[in-house]
Amino acid sequence: MGRYRNVSILAAAIFIQIVGLAIQVKRPAENKSSRLIRVWAVGTVTPLEKAIVRLETGTTYIWHNYFYLRGVRQRNRELEAQLQQLELEQVRLRQDAEQARRLQVLVRFKEQFIEQTLATQVIGASGSEQSRIIYLDKGSADGLQPDMAVISADGIVGKVIQVFRHTAQVLLINDQTSGVGTILEQSRLQGVLRGKPSGELALDNVMAEEEVKTGERLLTSGGDQIFPKGLPVGTIASVSRAGEFLRVKVRPAAALNHLEEVLVITSKQTREPALSAAASVRAADILAERLPSVPDKPESQTSASAEPGTGNRKTAASSSAQGDARNPAKPRSSAAAQGQAGQTALASDPAQPSASPARPEKRTAPATGKPAATRTEALPQPRTSGDIPQ
Amino acid sequence: MAGSYTSREQIEVYRFSAPVAIAVPLLAIFLQAFLPRWLPFFATYIDLPLLVVIFFAMARRSQMAGLLTGVCVGLVQDALTQHPLGVYGISKTVVGYGASSLGVKLDVESVATRLLVTTGFYVVHQVIYFTVVRALVGLNLAWSWQRELGSAAANAILGIVVFALLDRVKQRA
Repeated sequence: MGRYRNVSILAAAIFIQIVGLAIQVKRPAENKSSRLIRVWAVGTVTPLEKAIVRLETGTTYIWHNYFYLRGVRQRNRELEAQLQQLELEQVRLRQDAEQARRLQVLVRFKEQFIEQTLATQVIGASGSEQSRIIYLDKGSADGLQPDMAVISADGIVGKVIQVFRHTAQVLLINDQTSGVGTILEQSRLQGVLRGKPSGELALDNVMAEEEVKTGERLLTSGGDQIFPKGLPVGTIASVSRAGEFLRVKVRPAAALNHLEEVLVITSKQTREPALSAAASVRAADILAERLPSVPDKPESQTSASAEPGTGNRKTAASSSAQGDARNPAKPRSSAAAQGQAGQTALASDPAQPSASPARPEKRTAPATGKPAATRTEALPQPRTSGDIPQ
Repeated sequence: MAGSYTSREQIEVYRFSAPVAIAVPLLAIFLQAFLPRWLPFFATYIDLPLLVVIFFAMARRSQMAGLLTGVCVGLVQDALTQHPLGVYGISKTVVGYGASSLGVKLDVESVATRLLVTTGFYVVHQVIYFTVVRALVGLNLAWSWQRELGSAAANAILGIVVFALLDRVKQRA
């Protein structure tokens, strides 16, 4: 009997694990016994992961922000130029969005809005190819809950499946147990995106007669009640026929293998879109805001400058004042921010809102007497007159 | 010595101090979970906890110690996934038991033996893992001999390095 003792123990160990496995598979929701082992395991491994990631982040931050600053000035200039272009583009898009909202209000369209997100760091993974999950450095103590959507700047990443006190487990969209409701951007064809054992993404159950183009963008449809509608998922990588269905492979928008920081959507809100109470900003306002402003004048010259004919002229900046009254929180140029109230006669411009007398928004030329408006020639101009919405 | 494992076999048997017996498997599990953050292929091709189980089982040459190491390492590895506990547990239990049984009969100090043993046990581990995952958990996995043999070779080569490092912490019983 003693001869078979070890083999018996081996058989018993395997049998117990098989029974345990069967119970977990049969009743996954009721099984709390495995939760304790998971908490211990995660609690043992993740603190070290967290410490190393924080050390790495801190070192990288110090290096990039205090030592490695080569090319930062040039990059800053490029970004400023890009920002100016984007501001004009934003005005145009805002008007389109307003129009879309008006239409949505007309049809009483309800949609989900992302109300609150939480930035978290990826500290580790499962270490198994068949289990595509990642661990975040925040948990229930930070407000995370199961079934919250996780996104990155590029697209959706996955959903929270288990939450511990200071850690959370996220199932990536390329795991084979994952499923995401999606819609094709152009053709509006809906389907369920699933992960494959190899880690690829595929759109399931698309009938062969449907037209799916390679390169088309895939967005969330909102049908899974996890991800809000309209978030980028990926692009169609390849399409091939497989019997009655199409085999549609999808290239994920987010770099699922190189995730470092992600956002968890901690709060969503379903509501009908409301029209913005504030009037829209025109592109001309944006242009006017960039006009040069007047430097500080000595006290002795203040009264003289208020007299007519001193070179202070009404410019396109009058519309800038309107823009500021609507967006009081928006930072102004340095001269305007210094509060040059009463500096110019234009402060009494009827276009200026009377409710904000202390906000001198008129831009005047410097001592040279040259009108400031001439500077607009140097600013980026729209290509056609239709580019500036009025 | 209290807190250490020894074998009653008459051949060369090694033991490990309690801190080493606990810290090394935990370190392997930690690296397996952490390194894919920088090296995504690591989780695909390498199973560091398996190498540790094989090493400890062969060095101790005790079937019970090998079995116990396999159960513990496997269950902790399972706990870090979303799958039910026991998938890695069963696979590593068998490998731990088998490696210790083989350690009694073979000279496991030579590089060639270690290469062959690691390659063989990696394939055994994967066969059991795939069987359990498909039959009991119901996941659809595709078996590829080409890929598994490639991974087995990669693990065997890494195993030579890992075993050489771990040789420094073992003590003659």
